[in-house]
Amino acid sequence: MAWTKKILRVNLTSGSITEEPLNMEWANDYLGQRGLATRYLVDEIDPATDALGPDNKLIMTTGPLTGTVASTGGRYSVVCKSPLTNAVACSNSGGFFGAEMKFAGLDMIIFEGKASSPMYLNIEDDKAELLSADALWGKSVWEADKIMRTTHSDPQARIACVGRSAEEGNLYAAIVNDLHRAAGRSGVGTVMASKNLKAVIIRGTKGLGNLRDPKAFLSAANAGKKVLAENAVTGQGLPAYGTQVLMNVINEVGALPTRNMKETQFEGASNVGGEAMLEPRKSDGKPNLTTNGACFSCTIACGRISTIDRTHFSVKDKPEYWINSGGLEYEAAWALGPDTGVDDIDALTYANFLCNEDGMDPISFGSTLAAAMELYETGAITKDQTGGMELKFGSAEALCWAAEVTAKGEGFGKDLGLGSKRLCEKYGKPELSMTVKGQEFPAYDPRGIQGIGLAYATSNRGACHLRGYTIASEILGIPEKTDPLDAAGKPGLVKAFQDATSAVDSAGLCVFTTFAWTMDDIAPQVDAACDGNWTTEKMMEVGERIWNMEREFNSKAGLTGADDTLPKRLLTEAANAGPAQGKVNELDKMLPEYYQLRGWTADGTVTSETHQKFGLPG
Amino acid sequence: MKITFKLFATLGDLLPANAVRNIASIDIEPDASLNDIIDRYQVPRELAHLVLINGVFVCDTDRDQKGQLKEGDVLAIWPPVAGG
Ligand code: SF4
Repeated sequence: MAWTKKILRVNLTSGSITEEPLNMEWANDYLGQRGLATRYLVDEIDPATDALGPDNKLIMTTGPLTGTVASTGGRYSVVCKSPLTNAVACSNSGGFFGAEMKFAGLDMIIFEGKASSPMYLNIEDDKAELLSADALWGKSVWEADKIMRTTHSDPQARIACVGRSAEEGNLYAAIVNDLHRAAGRSGVGTVMASKNLKAVIIRGTKGLGNLRDPKAFLSAANAGKKVLAENAVTGQGLPAYGTQVLMNVINEVGALPTRNMKETQFEGASNVGGEAMLEPRKSDGKPNLTTNGACFSCTIACGRISTIDRTHFSVKDKPEYWINSGGLEYEAAWALGPDTGVDDIDALTYANFLCNEDGMDPISFGSTLAAAMELYETGAITKDQTGGMELKFGSAEALCWAAEVTAKGEGFGKDLGLGSKRLCEKYGKPELSMTVKGQEFPAYDPRGIQGIGLAYATSNRGACHLRGYTIASEILGIPEKTDPLDAAGKPGLVKAFQDATSAVDSAGLCVFTTFAWTMDDIAPQVDAACDGNWTTEKMMEVGERIWNMEREFNSKAGLTGADDTLPKRLLTEAANAGPAQGKVNELDKMLPEYYQLRGWTADGTVTSETHQKFGLPG
Repeated sequence: MKITFKLFATLGDLLPANAVRNIASIDIEPDASLNDIIDRYQVPRELAHLVLINGVFVCDTDRDQKGQLKEGDVLAIWPPVAGG
């Protein structure tokens, strides 16, 4: 099987590092990665515990296909309790770090306790040691990466690291691996820093040969790759334009949240979308996009590698940013752009570089800045707080400045590091926070796309598009087109997407494969890799089990059905333009049916029948 | 009559010379169907995946209907695309 069957348990309080076998019974019920690590979390922590206290645990976890030649088989996730939402957190990342964990012989690393001074974990195959991070603390991810590479003289090591934002307590800090891939959402980086853990550096040379049926696996993986290559989205669209192709689509359908979701279309969208990234600029004739890039084993290669115009005000005196680095993905571009009203692609790229350099979730950062801009507009925040900066919607200067101070946790950057919910509460206008369960929205307005509103409201990690990407159906026609303005039928659609995604996230694969793959393409790859008779039906059942387990974790953490809601703005202030003009999100029409389909009570509690049906823990 | 015509992603090169970025103003017969316009600009029909009039999707079985467009409408077309 594609399991190394080995977990590393690192107790940061005592400094002990022990190996233990992977619980294979749980692997059969929860597959891997998101599902399996959450099963461990449920077993090992009290959901009511302080997310930033030593009793929270942080789990780096792989799936059965991580490190294999299955396309996109390089993913890992970070699971813990979130300080941003107080709900379960699971953030998924690509790059090469996850595969390297496998090559060092590890399925999972569980961090517990808290070190008395900054440490990092060094793994070289079977050797694992905690080393002092005194020389790394206070450094950005990029600087720390350089220092560790020099110290260990290993250019091929893979590094996951937190930046200064996490050290300063920013509540949406990310863990960045391979310099510009991130376990981005829900503040998993904040939890890592709260344990005085700066980084994990891994070098594995063992390879991965333990597949259940190697011949069947290669044939299933090859069949999967053929499907991806022949599909227009995964074979052509994503490599050429990346996720950023959506900017103009979502603006056209009138669901591009603009200026803290006050509006639903952005006049500057075409300046910051995927097409604009390919336009030669005046100064040097080069486009923003240098090339696309791929994570480990990925045959899609949606990643963006970009440069900033050297004559742009943000970098003209900073040659250290005249580099090729991780460029704008749609979510980041939206949060840094339309949501703040800024349409300067170089300013957006600079802010995005800073999010990577110091490990901040660009969605939460951009959305929080957008809320701050509205607070500034209403007079609740003034230049007294910002130290003189005019925090106006549309100001590229304000965006670049805000990214700099938030990345380092300086001055007003501390306030921006609180996230939108706590910031708006602090300044007396909680209604201006565009969040669910304390997590900021992604790039789709639920007034123009009804189903995604239900997906946001019920997401187990707070507002998130990746927990049930109904945009595929409602806007993009994958697998079938549904009407984005009609709430009918959406509860079933949301549930199906949520369950399927839970399974994909637990396999070690990238969810972008599902633009071409159905579960019938995925199950044979999982089944050939590991024991357990993984059929499409079993994958869906496991997905649903995971969803219910996460829900029960959140209930025990104190969340209820009352948290399954959207900000008042989206329920009462109608869209101002485009096809959704005059519409609000009809959550009240969808939620009761959704609870029913889930087998939950009318107030959103998992019933004992559902609990038993899935054999849930506790 | 005049409408605004937008072609995005890989289809952008098929726009007429007066286009600015992905947008052109074009003259059409009042009873032109969407497929008439799609064919006139040599957009391969299988690549006319997302077809929107004023932001509202028109499914491929309705694209031969005459008279769906009125003066000043926006017709926007994408090949199969996705993101996240
Ligand atoms: S599709 Fe994109 S994000 Fe997913 S694994 Fe491939 S390059 Fe990484």
